[in-house]
Formats: sequence, structure tokens, C-alpha cells
Amino acid sequence: MAANTAAVSLTVNGKPVTAEIDPRTLLVQLLREHLRLTGTHVGCDTSQCGACVVHVNGKATKSCTVLALQLEGADVLTIEGLAAPDGPLHPMQEAFRENHGLQCGYCTPGMIMTAVDMVRRKGHDLDDHTIREQLEGNICRCTGYHNIVKAIAAGARAMRGSSATSKAAE
Amino acid sequence: MSVTGIGAAVRRKEDRRFITGKGHYTDDINRPGQTFACFIRSPHAHAKIKNIDVSAASRLPGVAGIFTGAQFAEDKLGSLICGWTVLSKDGSPMKMAPHPALAAGKANCVGDAVAVVLAETLAQAKDAAERVVVDYEPLPAVVDPAKAAAAGAPLIHDVAPNNTIYNWHLGDAEATNAALKNARHVTTLEFINNRLVPNAMEPRAALAEYDAASGSLTLWNATQNPHVARLVISAFVGVAPENKLRVIAPDVGGGFGSKIFIYPEEVVCLWAARKLGRPVKWTAERSESFITDAHGRDHVTKAQMAFDGDGRITALKVHTTANLGAYMSTFSSAVPTFLYATLLSGQYEIPHIYCEVDAVYTNTVPVDAYRGAGRPEATFVVERLVEVGARELGVDPATLRQKNFVKTFPYQTSVASLYDAGDYQASLQKALELHDYKGFARRKRDSERNGKLRGIGFATYIEACGVAPSALVGQLGAGVGLWESAEVRVNPTGSVEVLTGCHQHGQGHETTFAQLVADRLGLSIDQVNILHGDTDIVQFGMGTYGSRSGAVGMSAIVRALDKVEAKAKKIAAHLLEAAEGDIVFKDGKFTVAGTDKSAAWGEVALGAYVAHKFPTSEIEPGLKESAFYDPTNFTFPAGCHICEVEIDPETGDTQVVGWTAVDDFGTVINPMIVEGQVHGGVAQGVGQALLEHTVYDDKGQLVTGSYMDYAMPRADNLPSLQVDTTVTKCPTNPLGIKGCGEAGAIAAPAAVMNAITNALGTELIDMPATPATVWATLQKTHTLPRAA
Repeated sequence: MAANTAAVSLTVNGKPVTAEIDPRTLLVQLLREHLRLTGTHVGCDTSQCGACVVHVNGKATKSCTVLALQLEGADVLTIEGLAAPDGPLHPMQEAFRENHGLQCGYCTPGMIMTAVDMVRRKGHDLDDHTIREQLEGNICRCTGYHNIVKAIAAGARAMRGSSATSKAAE
Repeated sequence: MSVTGIGAAVRRKEDRRFITGKGHYTDDINRPGQTFACFIRSPHAHAKIKNIDVSAASRLPGVAGIFTGAQFAEDKLGSLICGWTVLSKDGSPMKMAPHPALAAGKANCVGDAVAVVLAETLAQAKDAAERVVVDYEPLPAVVDPAKAAAAGAPLIHDVAPNNTIYNWHLGDAEATNAALKNARHVTTLEFINNRLVPNAMEPRAALAEYDAASGSLTLWNATQNPHVARLVISAFVGVAPENKLRVIAPDVGGGFGSKIFIYPEEVVCLWAARKLGRPVKWTAERSESFITDAHGRDHVTKAQMAFDGDGRITALKVHTTANLGAYMSTFSSAVPTFLYATLLSGQYEIPHIYCEVDAVYTNTVPVDAYRGAGRPEATFVVERLVEVGARELGVDPATLRQKNFVKTFPYQTSVASLYDAGDYQASLQKALELHDYKGFARRKRDSERNGKLRGIGFATYIEACGVAPSALVGQLGAGVGLWESAEVRVNPTGSVEVLTGCHQHGQGHETTFAQLVADRLGLSIDQVNILHGDTDIVQFGMGTYGSRSGAVGMSAIVRALDKVEAKAKKIAAHLLEAAEGDIVFKDGKFTVAGTDKSAAWGEVALGAYVAHKFPTSEIEPGLKESAFYDPTNFTFPAGCHICEVEIDPETGDTQVVGWTAVDDFGTVINPMIVEGQVHGGVAQGVGQALLEHTVYDDKGQLVTGSYMDYAMPRADNLPSLQVDTTVTKCPTNPLGIKGCGEAGAIAAPAAVMNAITNALGTELIDMPATPATVWATLQKTHTLPRAA
């Protein structure tokens, strides 16, 4: 294992991280297996399901589709870093809870990270059609999306002017 | 109703961990010294395994062990089993072939595991797996269930001549044939109920650990029923005695049936963990899920419905060939028989029904229960026939349904089910109004002006849930009873733990079960914890599937609460120095009737544990009671779903533009959660009707093996859904619950296809109605409208 490794340094959830990794390590593997940030999930092999979405330098990124070594110096935000552990939930997290936008919870972190990025790109007033089209890269098998769409619309509105969210949404 | 009581849309207690990334799924768990498993799987649908050469692979870095099917056989471990015996018409038992966890001698489908590599890292395991050389001799394969029993088809298992597992039937053939002969009109349909891949978003996973000091094994497993897994793995496969095997099902990311079954991978992980003396971890990649998770549906059916001159249904005759795949999965035999034919009366009085089912082996992934399990297939038969019958008779489809509805209860169908309660007219009427059925003609004209075709379709479905009365299912061949267990453990401070034999994987039991208990004991739901999914913690239970957790699991909790309350009253009587018969328990307070003397719940709980003020020779200290609840009948949720579609005839693109669901689930504990269950079920049913299709080529290769080829419903494939309920309580369980988990998936395929065929003006189209299929159908049958 040690025969062929490389070092990568990046920031994850505001903390500097340096890891010695097999060069083929994907970002999601770095997060889950090296940093034990298991909120980011793997649901497919083909970059289709979006369970692995995190933010890289502020943009939603499928962490199963990027090598960790590509991220030297990058700023990565995962579901665990979206809100302070002891503080209030991020408005998008709160909206998913309030609108029953999750059932088994497996796709949920990716959905929430995608939703926050959607607000960054599309603003706070999101209609159903926009949300549904923007969710093309996230699959949920439980909810039929009905309540996810509701949650994202509500979360987007709640993020307007929320200081807690500006960091994640910027 | 209190703010968190029965009927309140309480926000879920479990959500906080999921929305903050603190869920705890099997793959999130790691054990010291663990190895990673990579399975070697047959790339052939049917092949002799002539030799497996592991020498090169064994020398690669990090490899801890490589085990083959031959070694598994040498260790004399038992076979995986199908736990429900179905008898053929002639009384002979189903032909269950051996299903070793690692194939030896012959592989019977693409994905059949033949060996496993264990290594220090997953990457090393995969690298080594590439170097394992398996010498296969490919054999001819059979894939199409309609051809499996034909003369000359390749034989898959010696125990099953003609690849036939059983030829089963239910009902009165003679009377049904006579009614068909005497009918004024007979509607006939032939169709395929398409094969589906369940696709829970969390792939299946197993982590096994052996403790040499105690000789015991622990299995973390993405399963819907940990106790049943432990029972099968210990009693049938024999990996470890039941008391030396702990199965933990932590957070599980969806199941939809696919995680009920006992699969080869968890067995192999346990076996290998003991052989290596190290933990073994396996998590399916999605492509592995496609070729190893039990698939759903896959029926080929011909059905006839007879009507008299008055539009009354006089008979139904059905022949179905059910594809069970390469091996009989855990409950596979029951799905196309007892969960299917017994529902063929739908919501209607049908005096004569006869159903024959031929179950066959093919060289495909095993097929077993998937959301609805037999009942979506039955509903599709009945609801397509009724809708088409109405069209052929020139009657409004709602009117024809109303005419034939069962109206008095209980109602004994001609296919064994005894419907206990319902009001089918009420749910249909409410749906018609909510949907603005009267406005459909106007909406259709509007669509036509835009060059679009518009159609509307109904499904007035019924299902049997609350599985199931144990003696009854025993008579029908089940190897287990289907009661449920609960233990209510009151702490000295009055807070409560409930241990349930059910398992949640998205259903929200931690909230709804807590609502029930908090309501009954006058507590806040935060004072009630629901524990499940660990065989070392929870008493034996049957798990969650078949919409049973409310109707059966919560009934067990009610029975345990009854016992808790009875004992608490005895203790309260001593604390209050009153007669037990005078104690009234209400709103969390024990009161002596007619006085102002009272004791709070917490005082009595503490009193039970300090045991200072009652004779412990008569009343044991402590406050903890358990119950095993066995239902006396199935429950019969029913309802009406209306689907409206708009089709672009230029492209065949079909959009669901309206959906109204009015369901009767009996008592609803949490309407927010119930609506969510309907949404999810409808999405899976719409997926089956419009998008999802499992395609094998004629060599047995799975063509749709990833999300690149298998069309999962996405947000923009689905509409917003209008969901409502009517209520007739289930009379056979204490809460009046019927169950809600599968209704959407049961109703939706028929509703969608009734709408599409209404728009197209032809019945000759199978699921999934993809744009290509719809377009091709239009080219054959339709004069296209022109945009105004």
C-alpha cells in the first residue's frame, strides 16, 4: 500500500487536512474512509444518483467522480459542515425536516448539498419546474420527490438573508 | 388529539441524524482489522465451472484469502432456502433447487458468485479478483419465462423438469368457464408485467466479525428483518448456532422488499470472517445490486373478464407465467400465488374466479417481493380489464366500477380473501370531485388544440396487508408465523423504551410508534425511544414488509401497553391506598375515582422500581411488559387513484399532468408520513409504467445494468400529487390500522396505463410506455391530431 501513495492537502469543513493516499482514491473515499465523514454516500457507480454531492470551492460536485489528488488546495464542504454541530440547522436542513423531504435518509445529504447550490445559482424564488429540472442529477427512491421539491422551495426562501447560510451558499 | 398524538403530523424524530450526515448505515461501520470482500461473479448466464485458478491472485499484495464455491461445499454449509412451500395442482411440492451461497459446478445467472477475494483494502481485493481465472464452459440459457417450460429449453436444475417450479391454481375452473361461456361480453387482455429492479438507494452491505473467545459472530447487515436473517443463516445455512450469531440492522437506506431476503453475500462474509479470524466487509456497487438484488414482477398473463347484459362482472379467468429467476429467493413462491390470486376480486363482487400460475426457473436474477409484491400484478389484471371492459361496453369507467363494487361487509370473495371493512364508493366519489373528473372533456379539448393527446385512467385497487395470521399462513405453506412482538420498558423516571420486532428503513417508526406510546401514557414523544434492529437487544420479531408495521407491529405495542397500564394501576392502588378497581388512568395521571387523590405517571414508575409500598410477593417490582400479537385476518386497504396524462404524438413523450389519490388506510397515526408513503409508492408505480424496464438479451446478459440504462424516475418525470384519505377502520386490530406502504405502487401502474390507452385509443401497449413505445404504437394505430 505504501509503495505507491501521494500526499494531498485541502480544507474540509473549514479544517486543514493532509492525507497520504493511493493515487486512485476518489474524493468520496477520502471523505468516508480516511476522514470518517460518512454523511456523504455512494449510491451508484456512474455519477447518476447524486448521493455523494459535496461542495468543492462552493460548487456542487459529485465526489465519486473526482480524484482526491485533483483537489490540492481546494475547499470542500460536506453535509457535516453545513451547520455548526451545536448550532441551529442550516435552513435547507430544517426545510427538509419540516416538509418531510426524506424517508430513509440515504440520498438526503446529497439532496441538501445540491439544493443549497441550486439556491446559489438560481436564487431564492424557485418554482416547481425549476427545482425538478435542477434535480436531474439526484435520485431518491423513497419520496417520489413531491416533498423534496416542497422542501427546497421552502429552504430557498428561508435562506434569503440568513447569515448562517451565506458561507455555504457563496 | 394532542399535538403529538394519534393523527398528528408530527415532524420525524429520526430526521436530525439524517439531515446532518449522522445516519449510521452498514457501510459507515468499520471494525479493527477488517478485510474487504470482492466477489467473483459469473459473466455467463449459464455455465459449467470447470476450474478456478487463484494462484496468481493469491500472490498479489494485501490478499488475505480467496475462497471458492468448492471450499464452501467442503465445509458442508447448507443452502439458502425459499421459506414458503407452494403445492402444485396435483399436490406435489414446489421444486426448490439448492442455492449455495457460492456456486460450485455450475453458475445459473449472470452475477452468480463463484468465489470471493478478501484483502486489506477494497482496491487490492478488486485487483486480485481481476487475476482469478475461472474456466467456464458456457451452456445455452433460457431467459424468457414464456419459453422456459417449452420442450428443448435448457434445463437449469435437475430437480425441476421443464424448468417448472409449480403449476398452481386457485378458484373454481368449471364455474368460471361456464360463466365465461354464458357471458354477454368477454374482455380479453394479454400482457407482460415488466420486470423491475428495486433500487433502494443504499446498496446492500454486510460486515461480519468473529469473536474467537466466545465463538460468536456478529453481522451488520442492510436487512429489513434481522431476526429472520439470523434464523435462516443459523438454522438452514448453519454458519453459527442462533445464540452465537448477532444480526444488527442499523440505519437501512430503503428496502422495498429487496432487503427482506437472505442473500449469499452476508453468508459468505460470516463464513469467511470465521475462516480468516478477521472482520469481512462487503458493500454492493450499484452494478452488483442490479445483478444480485432480487428483482420484482416479471409476469406473462392472459386474462378474461365476463360481463352480463347489465354490466355486472360474472367471472374472471387468469393464466400467469411467473418468472422466479435462477433460484427460489426467500419468499418468492408466495408472491405470484397467495399475494396475487387472492386479490383478483379487486373491489368487486365477482362470483367466479379461476387463476392458474406456472412458476418457472430462468437464467436470470431471482425474482421476489418488491413493493406491493403480487398485489400490483393482481391490480393490473383487474383494473385494466375493468377499464377496457367499460370502453368495450360503452360505459363510463367510474360507473361500471360503482355498479360492481362490494358494498356490504364482511365480504367473502371467491378467491379466499375475507374483506372486513371498506367504502369503495366513498373513495371513488371523493377522488372524482378532487380531480375534477367532469372537467376532463374540456382539458382534453385544450390539449388537442395544442396538438396533444390527453387521457384519463382509474385504478380502484385493493390490497391485503398486515401480514399475517400465523395459523392461516401456516396452512398456506409459510415456514414462519407472521405475528409481531413488542416490549415496553418503563424506566424508573417514567421515560420509556419500546423494543419492536419491526424494522424501519424509511417508514418513520421512531416517530409514529412514539406517538402511540406517548399518547397512551401521557408523555412527550421525546420521552419515548424506539429500539429495533439488533437481535441481541430486541426479542424475536418478524421485521418490516407488506405494510405490516402499523397493523401488526403497533398492535403488539398496544397489547404490551395494556399490560403495563394494568400493572401500573395495581401499583398506583397501593401508592394511593385505594382499591385497584377505583384507579383511573388518564392523561398521564392515576386518579382514585371520585376523589382528588392522584399519582403522576412518573411517581408510579418510580414506585414500581423502588418497590417500597406494595407486597412484592404479589406484585413483582419493575415495570416492563412484552406482547406477541398475532392478527386474526389480513387488513384490506383500498382506494381510488386517478391519473391524467398528456402525450406529444410527435415524440411519444408522455407527461403525467394530474394525479389524485384517495386511499382508505383505516386509522392514520401520522398523516404527513402516510402521505409521504403514498408519494413514494406512486413514484415507483409510475416508474414501472413509464420508465423502468429490466432487459435481458437472449443470452441472459442484463442490458439494463446501471442508471445509464435503467430509467429510474427522476424529479422531472413526476408531477405533484394530490393525496387524500377516507377512513373505515380495520375491525380486527386494536387501532383500526390497515397499512399504507404499498398502495401507491399497487394502484399506479394500472392507472397510468388506463390513462395512456385512453389517450391513444388502443389497448395494445405494454409497460413501460416509453416515448419510443408510445410513438411506435401511434404510428401503427392512430390518425394524428393537428395543432390548431
